Amino acid sequence: MAARPSGRGHFFPSFFPRVAALLANIVIQFMNGLAGASSLFLVAAGLSIIFGVSRIVNFAHGSLYMLGVYLAYSLIEFFGRSSIFGFWGGVLGAAIAVGLIGVVIEVLVLRRIYRAPELFQLLATFALVLVIKDAALYFWGAEDLVGPRAAGLRGAVEIMGKRFPQYDLVLIAIGPLVLGLLWLLLNRTRWGTLVRAATQDREMVGALGVNQSGLFTSVFFLGAFLAGLGGAVQIPREPAQLMLDITVISDAFVVVVVGGMGSIGGAFLAALLIAQAKAFCIGIGDVSIFGATLSFTKFTLVVEFVIMAIVLVVRPLGLLGKLQGAQRGAATVEPPLYPLTRPFWIAVVGLVALLALMPLGGDDYLLVLLIDIAVFSVFAATLHFLMGPSGMVSFGHAAYFGLGCYGAALALLKLKLPMELALLAAPLASGLGALVFGWFCVRLSGVYLAMLTLAFAQISWSVIYQWDAFTGGSNGLVGLWPSEWLKDRTAFYLFTLALCAASIIFLWRVVHAPFGYVLRAGRDSALRADAIGIDVRRFQWYGFILAGVFAGLAGGLFAFSKGSISPETLAVSRSVDGLVMVLLGGVQTLTGPVAGAAVFTWLQDSIARNTEYWRAILGLAILVIVLAFPQGIAGFLKQATARFTSAREREVVR
Amino acid sequence: MTVLSVKGLHKSFGGVQAVQDVNFQVAAGELLALIGPNGAGKSTCFNMLNGQLRPDTGVVTLLGRSLLGLAPRQIWRLGVGRTFQITATFNSMTVRENIQMALLSFHNGLMSFWRPANALYRDEAMALLDRVGMADQSERPCGILAYGDLKRVELAIALANQPKLLLMDEPTAGMAPTERIALMDLTAKLARQDDIAVLFTEHDMDVVFAQADRIIVLNRGRLIAEGSPDEVRANPEVQAVYLGSGAVFAGEGH
Repeated sequence: MAARPSGRGHFFPSFFPRVAALLANIVIQFMNGLAGASSLFLVAAGLSIIFGVSRIVNFAHGSLYMLGVYLAYSLIEFFGRSSIFGFWGGVLGAAIAVGLIGVVIEVLVLRRIYRAPELFQLLATFALVLVIKDAALYFWGAEDLVGPRAAGLRGAVEIMGKRFPQYDLVLIAIGPLVLGLLWLLLNRTRWGTLVRAATQDREMVGALGVNQSGLFTSVFFLGAFLAGLGGAVQIPREPAQLMLDITVISDAFVVVVVGGMGSIGGAFLAALLIAQAKAFCIGIGDVSIFGATLSFTKFTLVVEFVIMAIVLVVRPLGLLGKLQGAQRGAATVEPPLYPLTRPFWIAVVGLVALLALMPLGGDDYLLVLLIDIAVFSVFAATLHFLMGPSGMVSFGHAAYFGLGCYGAALALLKLKLPMELALLAAPLASGLGALVFGWFCVRLSGVYLAMLTLAFAQISWSVIYQWDAFTGGSNGLVGLWPSEWLKDRTAFYLFTLALCAASIIFLWRVVHAPFGYVLRAGRDSALRADAIGIDVRRFQWYGFILAGVFAGLAGGLFAFSKGSISPETLAVSRSVDGLVMVLLGGVQTLTGPVAGAAVFTWLQDSIARNTEYWRAILGLAILVIVLAFPQGIAGFLKQATARFTSAREREVVR
Repeated sequence: MTVLSVKGLHKSFGGVQAVQDVNFQVAAGELLALIGPNGAGKSTCFNMLNGQLRPDTGVVTLLGRSLLGLAPRQIWRLGVGRTFQITATFNSMTVRENIQMALLSFHNGLMSFWRPANALYRDEAMALLDRVGMADQSERPCGILAYGDLKRVELAIALANQPKLLLMDEPTAGMAPTERIALMDLTAKLARQDDIAVLFTEHDMDVVFAQADRIIVLNRGRLIAEGSPDEVRANPEVQAVYLGSGAVFAGEGH
C-alpha cells in the first residue's frame, strides 16, 4: 500500500506529456489533411462541373493540373520568385493559361464529338493525355522541377508546440474560399443558373434558346482553370513532374465519385475525407501490433480507393450524388450480331495459318512483335467482352492482366511449379481477383462502375508494388523462363499463337452463344431481362469472371515471353492502353479489338523506336481517327463495305 | 378456374394510402380491365402483383401459390408474362432473337458457351411471331421497329413462357387508335385460345369497353366498382369519378 502514492506520482508526469504530444500530432495531421484537401477539391470540382454539363469524363483533367504546376513554375521564374506579386501572379497566370488551354481543347476537339458515343469521348480525352504529356516533356524536360517557396510565406507558425508552414495555412483557406465563390457563381448568377439547368437537362436548355456552344466553352474554361489553379498552388509543396497527370486524375476520379458525380459540395466533402485519411495514415506511421509491424504509411496509396469502394457499395451514387437525368438522342443503337459464317471462319483459319508461317521468314524481331500483338489481342478482346456485349466499361482491366502475370510468376518462383502448370495459375489468379472485385462492380453501372474497377486495379497495384518480400515490389520478378521445349523463340511463338487464337475464337463463340446473348440482353434492357426470368447481376458477374480469366491467361503468356515482370503490368497506363486498343478498333465490332491491338502495338513499337515523342504522335493519330471515323477502324470498314451490299442488309448495319 | 386471386391488398407511402383493401380475381381465359383516373393507384397495384413492390398487407396467389416476396424474375418462372407501358425490348437484337432470348430463358438454356444462340428455338420463335403477326419482320432489329410493332413483339415475348397470366400495363399507350383495337383484339383472341388470364390497365375507354370481359374501377386506392362493361358503365359512382358530378360542387356550396 505504501508504494501506491509514489507509483501514482510516477504515472501522471509521464502520462500527460504523452497525451499532449499525441494530441498535438493529431491536430497537425488534421491541418495537413486540410491543406491537402484544397488542391484535391479544386481539381475534382473542375472535373465535376465539366462532367455535369458536357457529360464528358475528362481523362485529360489530370494533365491540365500538371500543366498548372509546370506553368506556375515557369511564370514564377519569369515574374521573379522573390516578390509576392511574382509568386501569386505566377499562380494566377498559370491557372488562367490552363483555362485558355481548356477552351482550345473544347473548341478544337470535344465540340465535334458531343454527339459521338460516350466511349469515343473518352478515347479523345485519352489522346489528349498523351499529347499533353509529351508537350510537357518537350517544354520542360524529363527532370523533376522543384518549385520556389511562396514569397512572404516561407516561415512557419507554432501550433501546440509544433511548427506548421505558413503557406499551408493559406492552402487550407483556399478550399472553402473557392467552394464559396463557386456556390455564389452557380446560385447567384444567370450563367450559374444556366450551368445548373444544363447539368439537369442540356437538351431542354438548348430547346429554350440558350447558346449551348458558348455555355460549354465557358464551362470548360472554368473547369480547366480550377484544375490549373489546383496544380499551381501546389508548386511550393511538390515538384513538377510528368507522372502527375495519371496520379492526379485517379485521385480526382475518386473524389468526384465518392462525393457524387456533378456535386460540388460532395466533391468538397470527399476531398476532405480522403485527404484526412491520407494524412492520418502518414501521421500514424508504423504501428506494432502483437509483434507484427503494420505500416500505415504504405496504406496511403490504397486508402482512398478503399474509401471509394466502401462508399460506392453503401451509397452507389456517392455521398451527395443524385441520379443523373437521362441523356436523349446521344445513344446509338448497336446493330444485331452477324452470325459467324463459313467465309468468316475460312478467313480466320487462313490468317492463323499465315501467322504460323511467319517464323519461316527468320526475322526474330518480327516474332517478338507478333507475340506482343497476340497477347494484347487477347487482352483487348476480354476488355471488349466487358465493354461491348456486357455493357460494363472497365478502367482497371490491367488488374487481371497483371494478376495473371504475377500468378504465373509466383507459381513458378515460389511454388516451384513447372512452367506449364505455372501458366495455368495465371487465369486462376486473375479469375479469383475478378470473382472478388466483380462481385462489387456489378452492383454499380456506368461511370461509377468504371471508377470502381479503377479503384480495384489501383489497390492491386499498390499491394504488389509494396509487398517487396513476396512480389519483389517495384523491381518486379525476374527469371521467368519457359520450359525447355519452349525455349526456342519459334516454338514459344507458335505456342502463344495457338493459345491466343483459341482464346479469341472461344470468346467470339461465347458472344454468339446464349451466354453472350444474356449479357447483351441485360445491357439493352435490364427491365425486360428481369421480366423474362434473367438474373442480370449474376450473369454480369459470371461475364466479369470470364473476362478476368482470359485477361490473366494473356498476362501469363506475357510474363513468360518477357522473362521478367514489374508492377507496370497492372498500372493505370496499361488499362488505358487496353481501352485505346478497343476503342481504336471499334467497340461495336467483334474483330475490332484484335485489329486495334495489332495497330496499337505495332504503332507503339515502330514509333517508339524512332522518336522520344511517340505518345504525342499516337495521341494525334487517335485524335484524327476519332474525329474522322467515330465508329472505329473496323466499324468504318464495315460501313464502307455495307455501301456495296443490298438495301436490306444496310438497314441491319445501321 | 381462378388464376390470380388478390385479397386485402394494402400499400401506403408515408402517410398516403395508395392502395386500400383491394380484392379481385381473374379467371383463365378472362380479360379483366383495371381502370381509374390518374393517381387512383393502378400502377401501385400492378407493381405489387409483378414483384416490383411489396404490399404492406394482403394475399396475392397464382393458382394457389403465393407471389409475395418473389422477385419479378421468379414470378415470371411461375408463368406470368408481362408487357410494359413503355416497351422494353432488346434493341440490338432482331425481332426473332428477342423471342429466342425469352425461349432460352424459359428452357433454362442460358449457361451455354458454344452453340450459336441464333439457331436455338428458331421454329418456336417463328411460331410465336406468326401468332402476333410479326413473322415477316423477324429479321429486323428491334431498335428500328415502329412502336405498334414493338408492342406486338412484347406480346410474343410475354407468350414465350406459356403463361397462365398476362400482366399488361397500358398495353396500347402511345399507339394510333386503329392499332389499339387491333392489338387488344389479338390479345383477346390469344387469351381465349390458350386459356390465359389477362389483367390490363388502360386509359382508352374504347379499348376497355370493347375488349374487357370484366372491369374493376379504382379510385383513391379503393375499388369502387366491379362488373361487366355494361354494369360499370351504368354505375353512378364510376360516372361521377370519370365525368365529375354536380353533387360534389353543390355540396361545397358553389
